[in-house]
Amino acid sequence: MTMTATASQAHADPHHIGLVVEHPGPASKRIVTAYGFWIFLLSDIVMFSCFFAAYAVLSGQTADGPKGSEIFEQRNVAIETVCLLLSSFTCGMASIAADMRNRFWFYLGMTVTCVLGLIFLAIEFREFADLVARGYGPSRSAFLTAFFSLVGCHGLHVSAGVLWLLTMMAQVFAKGFRADVLRRMMCFALFWHALDIVWVGVFSVVYLLGSGA
Amino acid sequence: MPAALTVEATMLGKLDWSAIPFDQPIPLIAGAVVLVAILAVLIWVVVKGHLPYLWHEWITSVDHKRIGVMYILLASVMLLRGGSDAIMMRIQQAIAYQSQGYLPPEHYNQIFSAHGTIMIFFVAMPFVIGLMNLIVPLQLGVRDVAFPTLNSVGFWLTATGALLVNLSLVIGEFARTGWLAFPPLSGLSYSPGVGVDYYAWSLQISGVGTLVAGINLVTTVLKLRTKGMNYLRMPMFCWTTLASNLLIVAAFPILTATLAMLLLDRYLGFHFFTNEAGGNVMMFMNLIWAWGHPEVYILVLPAFGIFSEVVSTFSGKALFGYRSMVLATMAICVVSFMVWLHHFFTMGAGPNVNAIFGIASMIIAIPTGVKIYNWLFTMYGGRIRFATPMLWSIGFMVTFIIGGLTGVLLAVPPADFMLHNSMFLVAHFHNVIIGGVLFGAFAGYEYWFPKAFGFRLDERWGKAGFWFTFLGFFITFIPLYVAGMLGMTRRMQHYDVAAWRPWMIVAAVGMAVLTIGVICQIVQLVVSIRNRETLRDRTGDPWDGRSLEWATSSPPPVFNFAFNPDVRGEDAYWDMKVQAQQQSLERDGPEYRDIEMPRNSPTGFVCAFFATIMGFALIWHIWWMVILGGLGAWATFVVFAWRDHDEYVIPAEEVAAIDRVNLEERRSLVSMAGTA
Repeated sequence: MTMTATASQAHADPHHIGLVVEHPGPASKRIVTAYGFWIFLLSDIVMFSCFFAAYAVLSGQTADGPKGSEIFEQRNVAIETVCLLLSSFTCGMASIAADMRNRFWFYLGMTVTCVLGLIFLAIEFREFADLVARGYGPSRSAFLTAFFSLVGCHGLHVSAGVLWLLTMMAQVFAKGFRADVLRRMMCFALFWHALDIVWVGVFSVVYLLGSGA
Repeated sequence: MPAALTVEATMLGKLDWSAIPFDQPIPLIAGAVVLVAILAVLIWVVVKGHLPYLWHEWITSVDHKRIGVMYILLASVMLLRGGSDAIMMRIQQAIAYQSQGYLPPEHYNQIFSAHGTIMIFFVAMPFVIGLMNLIVPLQLGVRDVAFPTLNSVGFWLTATGALLVNLSLVIGEFARTGWLAFPPLSGLSYSPGVGVDYYAWSLQISGVGTLVAGINLVTTVLKLRTKGMNYLRMPMFCWTTLASNLLIVAAFPILTATLAMLLLDRYLGFHFFTNEAGGNVMMFMNLIWAWGHPEVYILVLPAFGIFSEVVSTFSGKALFGYRSMVLATMAICVVSFMVWLHHFFTMGAGPNVNAIFGIASMIIAIPTGVKIYNWLFTMYGGRIRFATPMLWSIGFMVTFIIGGLTGVLLAVPPADFMLHNSMFLVAHFHNVIIGGVLFGAFAGYEYWFPKAFGFRLDERWGKAGFWFTFLGFFITFIPLYVAGMLGMTRRMQHYDVAAWRPWMIVAAVGMAVLTIGVICQIVQLVVSIRNRETLRDRTGDPWDGRSLEWATSSPPPVFNFAFNPDVRGEDAYWDMKVQAQQQSLERDGPEYRDIEMPRNSPTGFVCAFFATIMGFALIWHIWWMVILGGLGAWATFVVFAWRDHDEYVIPAEEVAAIDRVNLEERRSLVSMAGTA
């Protein structure tokens, strides 16, 4: 629609730069969905930051129990980190495959992502079980409380991610690359990458800093 | 442990007959009355054959207007519950001078905890979220919110939280810890019962609902605006909605995390907030208020938006200082995250920290003051109509300024040391929350009711309701300021100081006046429904409004607008009206198109059903039921994800038929205005 020069035009040009930017109208579904999911991820990161803050406050409160450097095993953490970072790559492959409508590469990418996620979870579970068996469970000290909660919260997110991943594979199997399935796939990929970012924080704040102390 | 007991513990967890308070007549009778009332309504609905209508048109509806109305209905019912608690407390304090009164301490403690929890989470929150849901898509000129089904999920999860809180009345007990459940009192050693669990789980579940609503509305405002609706053309209510929901998205995860930590302490023996093993109680204070202070602004910012709309409409002028209003809103949004420590100056963080937070708290009064002056200047020189929404707005300005000033007083750390946890504080926050949020909610209710239902509310009863509430408020809460100055602390079940007694009696009288105000508003609703034919709004624009919600019929069709409006400036609808009066209404025989709308879905209701089961089971440690509820909720989402048709089409002829009626009414309005 053409617009004649009116007083109202001034409002579309707030900085008087001679460029009238008219809002084009509602965004497409794909943009709206991704945008909303980004906002959710930001809120999720706020939640994680509370657990990070609690860990920072409580990490010195060992109540005569073990310190971080006495219980962290760097080899395991290294394997976990590699698994998770690699899974982000394969998840990216699966996303591209979905956009290309290529079922084979999609299933392959998702399967490898799932396996890497499960390996990560298995190692984390073994670490937790081992600590509890040695009497260093979350009830032992405030430090261990904060440690188990922060790392466990991330682990729960990965578990939920694996469940979502399997549901996505089933959806593509049953419904194909439908527009709504692709939107969900995009959200899943965002979620999975966000978990990686959080893990980088966990790895640095908990394991790297903790091993030195 | 004996084998028989283990089986029972597996099946029912901590639940047994002792959970029903047979020895306490008040909750038992109240619970029975509510139960009978709910049953009666249910039977009436089923017998009259309204159930299919209710199910298809409301419970499974994903229409933002319907969901908004249901939010407000939930808030109104909960307002009566929270109000009853308030009446009981005022009576107790009026008579409990050198005596026990009529409420035993453990019951009184539950009442003030439930009162605060219900009023904030299940009255104020759903009321403002309901109004935002109802109006914001209309003001933006779009057909629905960004995520309609998720919107329904959010509402039903909020309802689940409210249900669980009220369930605690008859099964078990509610928290006795105050509305924020500070540890170590809320820890397992000092609160071994299920009260705190009821509190925490209902807030966790409704908190998810609130977060969903927040994400939804932020995305709606930022990504779904009609053509030409640039940011600086949005009505003020959309701006405050944006600010409020940004705060929800940034603050509610903090509440979720904090309550999760408290629950881990209680359920699994963690040491976040315990006295033993290095736990840190003050960490709870910091975390909960890092959510709690933004929460205050989550509630009051939408109310500011409502007042902006109302004052501008009823003064017949564009809002004064629109851009400064936007700036003030966003300034409040940011600064609200930097003042949380003023809730516990007495913690002992030291003079420098206290000074910084005290100054920050005073700074936040500046943008608020800007807003007040903008409203005053909007009224200045305007042709003011004193309709009920306008009365609430003016009442708000008077009341809120007093509350704001006592707030600035409390922001001075040395003064706060004297007044911390006193009745002065109680008076202050009721002054801002009732005077700000509740008056705003009522203004919005009176203002937008015709839009939602197609007929106006009765003005005489509305005005009576305003005056009784307004006067009742001051008679109730000014004495509490005085009592606070006289050294009375909050949450006292009984007291021995003679000087406090008269003030408590005056406050109780004020409560009675307030109650008359509430009754007036109930009568207003009944009278208005009865006289709805004479109060009918045929034009869609009963108040001579300025923004786009008045550009469609009342109530709006399910698709809101036959054509997404093309916006050319601020006060979009006002401009259209001015244009139309000059050129007569254009668009004779416009070309209607098919409209796609989201299909209704029971996902929200079913999901909330499983959430209720899960919440109840978690509270009573019935683990098999927890798993059942969790699986059910997940299965619901998978079933939802599996459906093939999520939209339906309204054919162009139907759109045309609906829209032509609206256009006819509107033409007659414009021609009448032209001749007048």
